[in-house]
Amino acid sequence: MNLEIILHAGLATGTILLFAAIGEVLAERAGVLNLGVEGMMLLGAMTGFSVSLATGNPWFGVAMAMLAAGLLSLTHAVVTISFQADQVVSGLSLTFLGTGLALVLGNGLTGQNAALIPNFDIAGLAAIPFVGPAFFKDHSPLVYIGYIFAPLVWLYIEKTRPGMHLRAIGEKPVAADTMGVNVYALRYFYVFVGGCLAGLAGATISLSVSPGWYSAQTTSGQGWIAIGLVIFAQWNPLRAALGAYLFGALRRAILDLQGPRMILGFTNPLFINSNFGFFLQMAPYLLTILALVIGSRAAMRKRLGAPAALGEPYIRGERGL
Amino acid sequence: MALPFSVAVEKRTEDVPRWMPALTSVGSVVLAFVFSALVLWLIGVNPVQVYSFFLRATFGSWAAFSDTMVKATPLILVGLACTVAFKMKLWNIGAEGQFYMGAFFASLVVLVPLLPTNSPPAVLIPAMALMGMVGGAVWGFFPGVLKARFGVNEIITTLMLNYVAILWNNFWIFDRWSDAGFQMTPTFERNSWLPRLSDYARTYPAFSGITLHLGVIFGILAAIVVWWVMQRSRWGYEIRLIGDNPQAARYAGINIARNIVLVMMFSGALAGLAGMSEISGVVHRLQERISPGYGFTGIIVAWLAKLNPFGVILVSILFGALIVAGREVQPSGIAQLIQGFVLFAVISSDVLLRYKIHIVRGADHTAAVGESA
Repeated sequence: MNLEIILHAGLATGTILLFAAIGEVLAERAGVLNLGVEGMMLLGAMTGFSVSLATGNPWFGVAMAMLAAGLLSLTHAVVTISFQADQVVSGLSLTFLGTGLALVLGNGLTGQNAALIPNFDIAGLAAIPFVGPAFFKDHSPLVYIGYIFAPLVWLYIEKTRPGMHLRAIGEKPVAADTMGVNVYALRYFYVFVGGCLAGLAGATISLSVSPGWYSAQTTSGQGWIAIGLVIFAQWNPLRAALGAYLFGALRRAILDLQGPRMILGFTNPLFINSNFGFFLQMAPYLLTILALVIGSRAAMRKRLGAPAALGEPYIRGERGL
Repeated sequence: MALPFSVAVEKRTEDVPRWMPALTSVGSVVLAFVFSALVLWLIGVNPVQVYSFFLRATFGSWAAFSDTMVKATPLILVGLACTVAFKMKLWNIGAEGQFYMGAFFASLVVLVPLLPTNSPPAVLIPAMALMGMVGGAVWGFFPGVLKARFGVNEIITTLMLNYVAILWNNFWIFDRWSDAGFQMTPTFERNSWLPRLSDYARTYPAFSGITLHLGVIFGILAAIVVWWVMQRSRWGYEIRLIGDNPQAARYAGINIARNIVLVMMFSGALAGLAGMSEISGVVHRLQERISPGYGFTGIIVAWLAKLNPFGVILVSILFGALIVAGREVQPSGIAQLIQGFVLFAVISSDVLLRYKIHIVRGADHTAAVGESA
C-alpha cells in the first residue's frame, strides 16, 4: 500500500472515466441523456486497437476510435432528436448495438499486440517530491490531456457564448429557439461530441492504460459508472473529473489490498482466503450507488440538478414549458 | 432537384389502427435482420449461410425447437419483469442481477438445506420457486427504496446491482458451495429438478431428448397474471396511470413512492423466478454464467412486445432462437448485434405510430412545391 502508487494509478485509470463522464456531461447539458456510453466506449476501444494494429499508428487509432463512437452516437441523435423516441430506450439500444458491433468486428483481436501510446515524464515537474512522481511521471499523454481538458470544458460551458447556448438548449429549448439558436443542430452536435469522448475513453483503455482487447471485459461496466459519476458531479465537468480520479484511485487501492499479509496490525482476511476478494470487487459498483445517493440528496436539498429539459424531446411549435 | 412526389408528415390526431403496433414490430425485426446481413456481408461472412444455419439450429426439428423454447422460458419471465416496470416508466435494468439472486435464493433451499433433502418434489419445487421470487424481489427492493426515498436514478442502481449480484454468487460458487474445488455447486438431487418432457420418454418415446421443462408453464402462467394485474386490477390501473401521467396520478391521491417500491419488487420477483427456473430446470446446480444476458435481452423483448404480456411470449421465442443460434455461430456477438438493430428499429418505428407519413403526388404535390418555392 503506497499512496504515491495508488494516486499514480488512480490518475491513469481515472482518465478513462474522465473522458467518458465529461462527454456525457456535454450531451446531458444539451438535454439529451445518452445511456449508450458503455457501447460507445467498447466500440472505441475495439476500433482504436484494431486501427493501431493495422496501421502501426496508435494516434490514428485514437482518432478513428473517436470517429467510430461519434458516428455510432449519431444513431441515438437521429432516433431521439429527430424521431423524438424515448431517450432511455434508445440509449439502451445503443449499448446493445455498440457492444454487438465491437464484439463482431473485434473478433480475433484478443491476444494481438498493437502499437501503444508510450508514456513519458514531464521534464521539471516530475522532479517535485511526491506530486511529481504521482502526477507527472510515466503517464500516458492522454492523462496529461485529461488534466487540462476538464477545466477547459468547464470554462467553455460557463464562460463562453457557445457554452451559454449549450446550457440554454438543455434548460429551456423554447427560449433558445426564440433567440435564434438552432436547438436541433446543436443537440446533434453535442451528442456527437459526447460519443467522440466515449470513444476516446475506450481508446484510452485499449491503447494506453490497460492495453489490449478483452471483448466485453475491456470496459467491464465503466461506461455505466461514468453515467453515475455525471449525476454525482451534478453535471459539472470539474466535479466529474475529481470523481473520476477518486474512483480510479479506489480501484487501485482495492487491488493493492489483496497483497499484504497484515493490515493495520490485523491479519488480512484476503491473505487467508482470496475468495473474499469478490466482496472487494463489489466496491466500485456499491460506491457508484453511494455516490448517486449523495448526488441525488444534494440535488434535492439545493433544488438544483439535472438540466431542466433533460430527457425531453424538443418539438418545435409545440408548447413546451 | 424536383421529385415527382413529396413526403408529408402530420401528427396523428385519431387513434392508431390496432394492427399498426404489431406490424411495426414485425417490420423492425425484418429490418434488423437485413441490417445485420449487411454487416455480415461487409466483414465477408455469407449472411444467407448464417441465417439458414440459424433456422436449422432453432426450428429445424422438435429437439431444436425444444432447445429454443428452453431458452425462451427465462426470457418470457424476464421480459414480463421488464414489462411490469416499464409500464410505470420505471427503468429496471437490473433483471440480470435479480435473476442471479433468484437462483441464489432458490439454491438456499437445497444447499443449506432449508428443507429436508428427501422432501418430495411437490414440496421442494414450490419452495424453490417462492425463494427465487423472494430473492429477486429483495434485489428490486433496494433500488426501489432509493428511488422512492431519495430520488436516486434507478437505471444506474439496478445496473450496478447486477455486477454485485454476480460477484455475490461467485463467492458462494467458488468458496462455500464449491464442489471439490470446481467453480460450481454439487448437482442438486433429482427431487428438486423441474420435470422435463424427456422424463416421460419411457411412456412416450417421442419425448426422448426433449428438454423442455415445467418452467415454460411458469412463464405462461406469469403472463396471464401480469395481464390480469395490469388490465383488470386496481393496482394495475394505478401503475398505468403513474406511467402515463404522474401528475394526474398524484392529484388522484395515488401513493407513487409506495408503488415504485412495490413494482420494483414485483418486477424483481418475476426475474428471480426466471433464475430459479433456470437452475432447477436446466443446469441443476448453481454455477457461473447461468445467464447469457437474459436480463438485458428481456428489455428488448418487453419493448418489442409493446409491453403486451402475451406478445412477450411470442417475442421470447424469437429471441430464444437467437440465443440458441448465437452460441453456435461465429463470430460471436452476432446475436447481440441483431438485438441492437431490432431495438433501434422498433423505437424508430414508433414515430410511425405518432405521425402520419404519406406520399403526395399529382396536383397536391405541385401545390406543396409551389408553396415552398
